[in-house]
Amino acid sequence: MPEARPHVMIRGVSKRFQVGDGEIDALGRIDVAIDPGAFVCLIGASGCGKSTLLRIVAGFEEPTTGEVLVDDKPVTGPGSDRGMVFQDYALFPWMTVRQNVGFGPRQRQLSRREVEEIAHEFVKLVGLEQAANRYPNQLSGGMKQRVAIARVLANHANILLMDEPFGALDALTREQLQRELLQIWTRSRVTILFVTHSVEEAALLADRVLVMSAGPGRIEADIRIDLPRPRDVSSPEFNAVRRDLARRLTSHLAAPRNLETVVT
Amino acid sequence: MSEQATALPSATEQTEAPAAARGHRRRIEQLRAIALGLGFPILLILLWDRAVAITGTRLVPSPRDVAVMMYDFSFGGVYDDAFSATILTHIWKSMTRVYGGFFLAALIGIPLGLMIGRVKLLRQLLDPTINLLRPIPVTAWLPLSMIFFGLGPNAAIFLVFLGAFYPILLNTIFGVRSVDVRLFEAAAMLGCKGSAMFRQVVFPASLPSIFNGLRIAHGFAWILIVVGEMTGVPTGLGSVIMDGRTLSRTDLVVTGMIVIGVCGFVTDRIIVMISNRVLQWSPQHHA
Repeated sequence: MPEARPHVMIRGVSKRFQVGDGEIDALGRIDVAIDPGAFVCLIGASGCGKSTLLRIVAGFEEPTTGEVLVDDKPVTGPGSDRGMVFQDYALFPWMTVRQNVGFGPRQRQLSRREVEEIAHEFVKLVGLEQAANRYPNQLSGGMKQRVAIARVLANHANILLMDEPFGALDALTREQLQRELLQIWTRSRVTILFVTHSVEEAALLADRVLVMSAGPGRIEADIRIDLPRPRDVSSPEFNAVRRDLARRLTSHLAAPRNLETVVT
Repeated sequence: MSEQATALPSATEQTEAPAAARGHRRRIEQLRAIALGLGFPILLILLWDRAVAITGTRLVPSPRDVAVMMYDFSFGGVYDDAFSATILTHIWKSMTRVYGGFFLAALIGIPLGLMIGRVKLLRQLLDPTINLLRPIPVTAWLPLSMIFFGLGPNAAIFLVFLGAFYPILLNTIFGVRSVDVRLFEAAAMLGCKGSAMFRQVVFPASLPSIFNGLRIAHGFAWILIVVGEMTGVPTGLGSVIMDGRTLSRTDLVVTGMIVIGVCGFVTDRIIVMISNRVLQWSPQHHA
């Protein structure tokens, strides 16, 4: 197989925030190369800078040093090639499901019919045809997150940036959405960068897990997960991966109170 | 994934079964609200009538005097003076001033508020001035507005404009400032920028607050019509009240007051209806 060029290249990225009079080093120097079509999970306790790193890749924040390259081009701001899925959905509440999904295509000056066709296609992809004319406040959390995913896919994003997207959902809905996300990923071969604090979720979804630690945020471990898909969460192999991830994560945590967030 | 999508519709079907009973209960509830809402002003009129009769004052008209005046004002045939059957002319004239000032305030206040809310430079430039001018009572502008616009309807429109402008501007700024930043981020990542951002995100996201401002401003606009028509215009509900004062005809004054109240009430209901329709996506703003 020919050596693929990295899809996302994070080079020497660090981030320092101004907080009151002082400064906080949110991210140390981070160097990561992500292959096209990879499913990468960023895992770490709260405050390790994993969301900050994701926001830098999205172009919402500028790195203090270093740069992010997407397809060899430096990131200078938000762009439609990188679609962010937020934990709190960030749907436009005044638009129906269909209009939310059609928002990106509409920005590309397509005709009204083309926008409607694309919106229809992606609303169908996430199984929300019956709710297409509802407003976000009439949807459940799981349905909202489906709309958010359809919205970035409809915009031809080939990188999905997901910031704890299923963190606010109940366990059953979360499992279902994880399955659906894997299906979508298998079909569309987009590159996914997925932030989570759940070891279980990372072990279930990712090809590759980046374990981060705080103060300042850095990547402690870079683990490849070669378990066959679909993954059986009750198999001994899966448990081994999960235990390994949990051990690496907890070994960097000083305060035991953080264990709670890790075990979930 | 379709189980999820169908979960909600089936839940609503269940609650639709006793719809007839619910509709009946809702009608009773509506009748009750109307009865209570009308009952209180009727009680006030009775108290007013008794108070005038007991004290025997000749300075305050009785409800009956006002009713006669209202009839004459509407249809004529009682006093047949300068005010008989002129109600529509006065309402129309006042409306042109109320809505002239109101729409002018909305036309300037909403775009300016959107920009001040979104652009830091403009905020720093204009915010102190706005907060300095805002506490000045509209009545204090009366002498200057007569110099600027002369005697006539333009001075009245200007005063209504001043009163309506600040609530619209401030509520629009507040609306923009309280929009979840993530919505702007989401829009930017979907390729939305520049003026499209204003049209497609900033404006609709601020609409609930803008409508609050419009409703408050609309109330002020009716309040200010009396002040506005003190500027020496011959027609309008405010000028009717001023004439009534000069002629010591309190029945005319009270009649003018009631007409203004009814006009303000009816038009406010219209604004609420429009706002409920436009903001149907936002259930917490159903008034």
